[in-house]
Formats: sequence, C-alpha cells, structure tokens
Amino acid sequence: MTAETITLSADATIHPRWVRVCHWINALAILVMIGSGWQIYNASPLFDFTFSESIALGRWLAGALLWHFAAMWVLVINGIVYVTLGILTGRFRRKLLPIRPSEVVADVKAALTFKLAHDDLSHYNAVQKLLYSGVILAGVVIVLSGLSIWKPVQFQELTALFGGYDTARYVHFFAMAAIVGFLIVHVALALIVPRSLRAMVTGR
Amino acid sequence: MRQRRIIPGVDPKLLIKDAARLMPDASRRGFLRGAASLGALTFLTGCDIIDGDTAEGVLRKVSEFNDGAQAAIFSRTKLAPTYPESAITRPFPFNGFYDEDDAPEVNGETYKLEVAGLVDNKKPWTLKELYALPEVSQITRHICVEGWSAIGSWQGTPLSEFLRRVGADTRAKYVWFKCAEGYTNTIDMPTALHPQTQMTFKFANQVLPRSYGFPMKIRIPTKLGFKNPKYVVAMEVTNTDKGGYWEDKGYNWFSGL
Repeated sequence: MTAETITLSADATIHPRWVRVCHWINALAILVMIGSGWQIYNASPLFDFTFSESIALGRWLAGALLWHFAAMWVLVINGIVYVTLGILTGRFRRKLLPIRPSEVVADVKAALTFKLAHDDLSHYNAVQKLLYSGVILAGVVIVLSGLSIWKPVQFQELTALFGGYDTARYVHFFAMAAIVGFLIVHVALALIVPRSLRAMVTGR
Repeated sequence: MRQRRIIPGVDPKLLIKDAARLMPDASRRGFLRGAASLGALTFLTGCDIIDGDTAEGVLRKVSEFNDGAQAAIFSRTKLAPTYPESAITRPFPFNGFYDEDDAPEVNGETYKLEVAGLVDNKKPWTLKELYALPEVSQITRHICVEGWSAIGSWQGTPLSEFLRRVGADTRAKYVWFKCAEGYTNTIDMPTALHPQTQMTFKFANQVLPRSYGFPMKIRIPTKLGFKNPKYVVAMEVTNTDKGGYWEDKGYNWFSGL
C-alpha cells in the first residue's frame, strides 16, 4: 500500500468497521465489568469506602460475580481481536506512535487554554495518543491482574508477577480507577466534539 | 465471648454482617435484579431482554460454562503455593453464614463420620479412628469469595488416602459433604484426589477449635473458602451433583483457584 492510498482511505473513513464494532462491544463489556466489579469490591473493600448500590451491578456478591465472569469473556475475546488487528493492520503504529513528551506538554497546554484543534479527526494529537495508548495498556493490566486474582493457583506464576494475591487485588483496583478516569475524560470530550461520536458510529 | 479481630484491610463489621448482606432476601429468585442494575442494563442494550429471569437464566448458563472452563484448566498435579510459619495470619478469621457464637458444637466423644455412596466400606468412622490416619501438614492461603485472604496452617490426612481406604470408586464424578449445621458442598473428583485436598483435624498443630470446624474440615487450597466445608459429619461418593449451600444461591459451582 502506498502512502497515497493510506491518505485517501483515511480521508474516506476515520474509523474502519472493525474498530467501531470492537469499540462498542468493549464499551458494553467494560461498563458491566466496572459495575459488577464495584459490587464485588463492596464485599471486601480495600479502602475506607464502598460504591453506592445505585451504581453497582448485580444486587449482591453472587449476582455481581455472575455478571463479572460472563462479561469477562466478551471483554477478553473482543480485546484480543482489537489488539491483534490494531497491531497487524499497523493502525496502532500509525495512529498512536510516536508519543513525544514535548508534544504532550504542548498539547496539554493547548487543551487547557481551549486552543487544541480537532479539525482532523483521523489524526490524534499527542494527548490523545498518550491516553489511548495508556488505556490499552490499562486494559492489558486489568485483564492479567484479574486472571491472577481469579486463578492464583493455576496461574500462580502470573499472580507472583503482580506481587502475590493480595497485591494483585490492588493492581486490579488501580487499573479500574485508571480506566474510569479515562472514561470520564473520553466521554466528556466526545460530548464536546459530537463529530467524534458520529465517526465512531458511522465511520466518517 | 466473641473475638472479632480480623486481618488487616478487612472491615470486621463486614464479616459480621456476612449472613445478612450476602443474602438479600429469603427467596433466591430475582437476586440479580435491582432497580439500578436493571435500569442500567436496559439503557445499555436498548431493549428489555435483560429482565430478571432471562438474565438470571443466561448468567447461570455462562456460570455452568465457566465450571467446565475451570475444570479444563485445573491441574491435578499443580500445587497451591505454600508459606512459612511466619506468614500465618493470626488470629485466623472465623467465617460463616452465621455468627461465631452460633457455630455448631459437635461432641467429639459421640461423633461419627458417615461414609455413603460408591464406596466398598460404609462403616462410620469415630474421631479416634480418624486421628489414627497418616498426618500431613500444609500452610496455604485461604481465599474467600469476597476477595480477602488469610494464610492458615492445617494438619490432617489427604482425602485421596481416605477415599482409597474406604474403597471409593474414584471414577465417580463427585464427593458430597454434609455438615453439622446443615451446610452442604459438592466437589469434583479430580479436586477430591488433588494431593493438597485434606481431611483436616488440626489448625496450627492444635485440635481444630470449634470456630474453625471441629472436629473435621475439608481443606481445599485449590478452591474458594466456601468450598472448604467445616463440621463435616457425612460424605458421599456420587455421580449426582447434589449442589451446596452457597452454590444453590448463585455462587459459581466449581469456584477453583
């Protein structure tokens, strides 16, 4: 594929179909995982707070666990498809790399002074690159730490990698917090720039 | 007198409230519902297939699928990590669906373990006979379905050794346990035969105290805590899944670690 055709296809479609399908499946799965995860957290809180029942899924621990271990299949299978295609098609490399610290600083400043341009949705600014790469990484960490909590005997080498069972619970929690933090910014920005929401639905 | 000093990071009040909180209502039906959850899911899917009964049915199917997935990744030879004595959690937490004061008091003098089902010898076992079985020891991590964990020290005889002695048909699918207070539990045969699955008579080299399941607990470090029955008075080798106290209320059946 020549540079020209890449530019042309990028002009026509901002997000290819596989990105949009994976995005919305992931959106549903991650919301179920977070909501049920909060209910599971409430059964044995790591910190001096619990999540309100009004935002926790599953009604009680057993219900939440059923949701969590059902949605995990959707999250993981969809995540594997997404990351594999992201790497194989070169989309991750094209869209997310390189991330230069100087550009991140400049773009954060621009964003905070409302000067960050969003004219070309097919091109990610440095802050977007950092956030999207970061949330993909958080996704990998949350799945691996989750596996190490779920199967600390069968996958004990993985659990050990996270510093043991108890520490893996904290890692899992902070990965959730990072993803929720991302979601708040992500959804807020999508609402501020509705064209970006449309692009993730129709592709353009 | 009740002691409620529990492990760091665990709110003692939560453990006390176990029974009340874990069981939202007397009837099991509809436990997955709840206005908020239902609303959220209806919002997310834009349709009402997520009504309580349908969702519950689908989730139970997935949970059964997860039983199979866990059985497939369960290794008969992989051992749960063991720890030094210094790592033992003291005091080791009491846990149950009732308060510690209400834990069963089993009379060791008259106690007899009933053995039933697909075994050659159904003779009941006195405590004295059980204590005479070969003893092994393990210091392993007890992991509760709620998420907290604690390291304990357990001594007893491998369940596989006992099953061999009573002439159990180890091609059977399950071993079912009944406890003094009515608690029940079914485990899969591969787990029953795992080298660390133990008929436990001692905690930290002392006769199992009442709070930890006197006179006998089944210690299974490859399963969540609620699959480790205490106050066991009967066991049955069977091809019928007879369920269990928490499993019947919605916890995953296999609950492997």
